[in-house]
Amino acid sequence: MNIFVCVKQVPDTETKVKPNGDGSFIETDAIKWIMNPYDEFAVEQALLVKAANSESTVTVIRVGGVKDTEALRTAMAMGADDSILVEAQDNLDSYSIAKALKGAIEKSGKDADLILCGKQAIDDDCLQVPQVLAQMMSLPSVAVIVGFEQDGEKITVKREIEGGAIEVYEVNSPVVLATNKGINTPRYASLPGIMKAKRKPLQQLSLADVGVSDDDRRVKYSDFQLPPEKPAGKKFEAMDEADAPKVVAEVVGLLRNEAKVI
Amino acid sequence: MDFSLSTEQKEIYEMVTKFVKNEIIPVAAKYDEESIFPTKEFKKAWELGLVNTCIPVEYGGAGFTTLDSVIIGERLAYGCMGMNSSFMANDLALLPIAIAGSHEQKEKFLKPFTEEFKIASFCLTEPANGSDAGGIKTSIKDGGDHWIINGEKMWITNAGHADLFVVYGTIDASKKHDGISAVIVPGDTEGIIVGKKEDKMGHRSSDTRGVKFENVKVPKENMIGKPGEGWSIAMKTLDHSRPLVASSAVGGAQRALDLSVQYAKERKQFGVPIAKHQAISFMVADMAMKVEAARLLTHKAACQLDAGIRNTETASYAKAFASDSCMQIATDAVQIYGGYGYSKEYPVEKIMRDAKLIQIYEGTSQIQRLVIAREVFSK
Repeated sequence: MNIFVCVKQVPDTETKVKPNGDGSFIETDAIKWIMNPYDEFAVEQALLVKAANSESTVTVIRVGGVKDTEALRTAMAMGADDSILVEAQDNLDSYSIAKALKGAIEKSGKDADLILCGKQAIDDDCLQVPQVLAQMMSLPSVAVIVGFEQDGEKITVKREIEGGAIEVYEVNSPVVLATNKGINTPRYASLPGIMKAKRKPLQQLSLADVGVSDDDRRVKYSDFQLPPEKPAGKKFEAMDEADAPKVVAEVVGLLRNEAKVI
Repeated sequence: MDFSLSTEQKEIYEMVTKFVKNEIIPVAAKYDEESIFPTKEFKKAWELGLVNTCIPVEYGGAGFTTLDSVIIGERLAYGCMGMNSSFMANDLALLPIAIAGSHEQKEKFLKPFTEEFKIASFCLTEPANGSDAGGIKTSIKDGGDHWIINGEKMWITNAGHADLFVVYGTIDASKKHDGISAVIVPGDTEGIIVGKKEDKMGHRSSDTRGVKFENVKVPKENMIGKPGEGWSIAMKTLDHSRPLVASSAVGGAQRALDLSVQYAKERKQFGVPIAKHQAISFMVADMAMKVEAARLLTHKAACQLDAGIRNTETASYAKAFASDSCMQIATDAVQIYGGYGYSKEYPVEKIMRDAKLIQIYEGTSQIQRLVIAREVFSK
């Protein structure tokens, strides 16, 4: 099987972010990048499918900045066979990314039997790329999957819906699947794996190579801002029971008129 | 010289950091309190290639440099110095074989450690001989086609779980250092009597015991090097192991520093976070300075070894400075936490207890100064 995994590199959750000069994105100079956590489930699932299907290969694709290739190297250290990096700005929109991924898969010369993505990236939380990619490639897709079983070409996936209920889908490969937490436990990149990853092929392409231009951009970012600082809380003195009615009236008044929640 | 790590070293650092955050830190306090040996974590660390880093690539190892090993050791100790003692003890025991063993010995004893999860113990110290290791009494007698070992060892890390012991003894006590020899003893050999688990102040998850050897017979080919070469093998081993132990101190110290910074920003006294009080911020500045200095000495001692430069003096600088600094930093961390720091509810008192041992084992801080003074005055 030819398995493709689409990964995104996102700022470490512990990184403090701030908008860049023109507000088109965040400052990326001092960012520590990690693989998007939902994509780790996709990589792990790809490796499990590979282990169950002899003669399978796992190719990891990323569209983004090239200064740091952390996510691809991690995926290869976990066990992926090779990777493709499409050089692009880190603030590309979902449509362009999906088109670039499609272009990269086609350019690999391999027919995709399975394409795995994380259900969303934890930086912009768009939840769009897997579905857009499937549409562009005319493939079926199921997102937010928490279970995966394969029987030849038939794949049965479980999809989590609101209220904790599960939908079960039967799909035929090729298919695009977007993984959620709970589908598996991603392995660590072992140290011998890290050493081996050095020698695994990493192909670098430009956006032009995969047929993406500025005209493909559907979303333009312009005004990145930090959320407003939380105002200080209000304290009420209610040690004396006799004061309680007055304090309650005051709190209710504030909730109604200021916070406008009741 | 820009002191930066290679791409792979950064990845190793990140990977071990993640492992420690998910697997070690969550259980460290419980294992310490209840003195639980970290079998599960040890095995997981082995599966990921974090232990036995000294095994050469020809015998199934990953081919790590000493610098790689100290980067790994520092991160593991960041999670728990006690658990790292157990992990590191494997390397201490296997190093003499990796350094001075024959091809056959490496095939027979090192390779299995890469194929299967196994535990090893290094037996040098005796009840009456710690710093004065040259005076060890355990005897290794020639029994024709085998060696016969008799004697008692003390403070042996991993002893209760060991699949293999590397035992130092003497073929002739009157020869002093020239009589010392090292033999490999499989854990299931008859005559090995493992003592009770010691109840220690710190490193409580590591398994420390006395071990008696009563007429223990091992084949002639289990001697590492030639009879009487044990002392020089032990000294070479220490050149490798001291940077490792120093890295453990750096890891513990970095943790104490990080916890102190975090707490000093949160804890308010006199209306402001205590980090705003110079009395506290200067303590933290001293801690940060010492952690970095200890790390640089440790990396230098490791890099010298990797470059084939004799590192005895630097290794002792690193071991003494890192362990003494770790003790100071951990003590200051408890001070910054105040009453909370003295309570087991918070993690800093454990670091203070764990730090103490690093000043004692693998050559006390005093022995390191002895080594350094000798090197300084011999120039």
